[in-house]
Amino acid sequence: MATAAELDVSVNPLDAFRTEVREWLAANFPPALKGKDNAMSAIDGPTDLSADEAAWKKAMGDKGWGVPTWPAQYGGGGLDRGQARVLQEEMGRIGAWNPIGGMGVMMFGPTLLEYGNEAQKSEHIPAIAKGEVRWCQGYSEPGAGSDLASLQMFAEDKGNHYVVNGQKTWTSGGQWADKCFALVRTDKSKKHEGISFLLIDMTSPGVEVKPIRLISGSSPFCETFFTDVKVPKENLVGQEGEGWTIGKRLLQHERQNLSGGGSAAGRMFAGKSVSALAKEYRGLDDQGRVTDSDLRMRIVRHEMDSRAFMLTLRRAALESKSNQGPSAATSIMKNVGARITQDRAELSIEIMGMNGLGWEGEGFTDEELTQTRTWLWGKAVSIYGGSSEIQNNVIAKRILGMLDHQ
Amino acid sequence: MAVLNDEQTMLRDMAREWADNEAPTTAFRKMRDAAPVEGYDADAWAAMGQMGWAGVIIPEEFGGSAFGYLSLGLVLEQLGRNLAASPLAATAAASTAIALGDNEAAKAEWLPRIAAGEIVATLAIDEGPVHDPAKTATRVTDGKLTGTKQFVAEGDGAQLFVVSAVDGLYLVSGDVGVSRSARHMADSRSHAQVVFDGAKAEKLGGTDLTAKVVDRATAALCAEMLGMAEQAFAVTNDYLKVRVQFGQQLSTFQALQHRMAKMFTELELARSAVEGALEAIDAGRSDVDQAVSLAKAIMGDTLHLVSREMVQLHGGIGMTDEHDAGLYLKRAYVLETMWGNAAWHRERFARLNGY
Repeated sequence: MATAAELDVSVNPLDAFRTEVREWLAANFPPALKGKDNAMSAIDGPTDLSADEAAWKKAMGDKGWGVPTWPAQYGGGGLDRGQARVLQEEMGRIGAWNPIGGMGVMMFGPTLLEYGNEAQKSEHIPAIAKGEVRWCQGYSEPGAGSDLASLQMFAEDKGNHYVVNGQKTWTSGGQWADKCFALVRTDKSKKHEGISFLLIDMTSPGVEVKPIRLISGSSPFCETFFTDVKVPKENLVGQEGEGWTIGKRLLQHERQNLSGGGSAAGRMFAGKSVSALAKEYRGLDDQGRVTDSDLRMRIVRHEMDSRAFMLTLRRAALESKSNQGPSAATSIMKNVGARITQDRAELSIEIMGMNGLGWEGEGFTDEELTQTRTWLWGKAVSIYGGSSEIQNNVIAKRILGMLDHQ
Repeated sequence: MAVLNDEQTMLRDMAREWADNEAPTTAFRKMRDAAPVEGYDADAWAAMGQMGWAGVIIPEEFGGSAFGYLSLGLVLEQLGRNLAASPLAATAAASTAIALGDNEAAKAEWLPRIAAGEIVATLAIDEGPVHDPAKTATRVTDGKLTGTKQFVAEGDGAQLFVVSAVDGLYLVSGDVGVSRSARHMADSRSHAQVVFDGAKAEKLGGTDLTAKVVDRATAALCAEMLGMAEQAFAVTNDYLKVRVQFGQQLSTFQALQHRMAKMFTELELARSAVEGALEAIDAGRSDVDQAVSLAKAIMGDTLHLVSREMVQLHGGIGMTDEHDAGLYLKRAYVLETMWGNAAWHRERFARLNGY
């Protein structure tokens, strides 16, 4: 429930802030960029910025508003939640978007703010806040996917530095990254307690990156090889053996973003609805219904699923904002987000028929070609960041208190 | 759980405590076996009247508390958890018709008595075995209503009927020209055929009021279904932790863990949809119809899933009358059918969205 002060606009302290935001955005957001969010995240690869884009990125980076709730002393906006919401509302109102993104913002930054020491925070956080340094994630290995804690990449203690040997895989944006946050093994005698969280410069001698071509034809992921890579001791986050705890915390940030709790939500529901696509490609019968009745009902199920999901995102946000603690609903977000993304892509392909399966060249619209790649790329959503099966294990054990096999 | 204010939190906690202490499923069994004509526990209903639950959506000027539909839903959810046999949902739905209608005399005469818990009222809408408001033949001529209504919930004990006719909603309060025949159904609750033969009727509003009232009744029903599904799930989850086979509790088997995780996921989505519909009504939004169809379709599918899995995962014991699983299954199917099943609401949702 809103308090009396919040309802009474005349005494709302956020009003002054709203005015400030409006004025700043008017002075700094180039109107030509309205609604042209080209999603400059690590996964999308490097982007050649136009003069307007570069200016906008610099302005937001200097202001710290790309990471509005991070502490101002490290280059963040220093805003409270209410102010951050005002900023988001005001940006949405004029079609402005956040030019600061990527894994540094979504996952690594929040984790380092929690676990990093003063020197590490001062070195890395401001560069992330300005969008100057691109980070990648060194977690999965060829033999460590869902069973992540079985990872083998070894960091040998050499006194004032480590020597790292091993291989990471599915390194998103590895070919464009400046730095890598990695889980490495510092003790071979213990599984979880033998893991440490290490920051590795991707330009170090001995780091080699090979992009992996996916079924969608794109190569957003890499194999990354580490051969006798020297890493200074001060790049260890937390204590030796604390890597699993820190790494899991980072995964929570990752899942929150992947599920649509973060900036992905807008993208997931952007563009045409499936029913609009069906009207365009299939048409309506004289009763005003999509002609294929089986398809029509599957569209309804999907659109209802999407709405229930959006209501759940909203509910979870309100619950965590009130004093009810973290919502149990957040545990379902990744799987439901994945299912909606994939259902949507499959329905779109089905509606478009052969036009939805074009690979390249003439005879297809850009929208159709994009659809094919989106469908194939979307298969990753239920695999990465903890597969749907792993998520179900987590729900069963952590939320439902179901028991471990003896 | 939606974010609640202090009054709502108190109301929910009170309802939960009362349902657990005064209306556990053993109370439902007692009522079932005693089989009173009215099909509900009269003492329990009297207690609800004293607690003010019948007036939760009635305006304050008529003796209600005007807490709104989300609040009514909180109470019905708690009652649904234990299958409490009460005429609260039907009475509240009928009171909505009077409160939203334009018959001021009817408001003044009936709403205070309903709020006080003195009157059991109900909606008489459908004329066939499936919900289809378009197939209404009931007519009113010179203030006399004639038609046959089927499967009227609480029809055996209701003193006041809100009846749909081709031109809108009417109130029938007398016994003259009204005859009821019980329909004994799987859920052991009251459902009656009610024949109106020239019964005296007062108009409450047009067909737009009928649609509005049925949407509100449906949203309230969804809250009861949500409570049932939550409890059926919780009982099943507890059982898996104690039942041992192959030297292991069933709860340790991943095949079952994933089925439970799937049900939990659907329950969370259903809760959002149901609370979303109740909040849409309270906020006076223009898309209440869509929100209600979303809620009924998703809640119906979810209760269907959870109630049949409750029987399956309990194994043989779930097939016995001694266990509660069957009670949930039978009530679930009745509520899934009432006011349009999931398929009916998916069809309506598509039409409302222009495809």
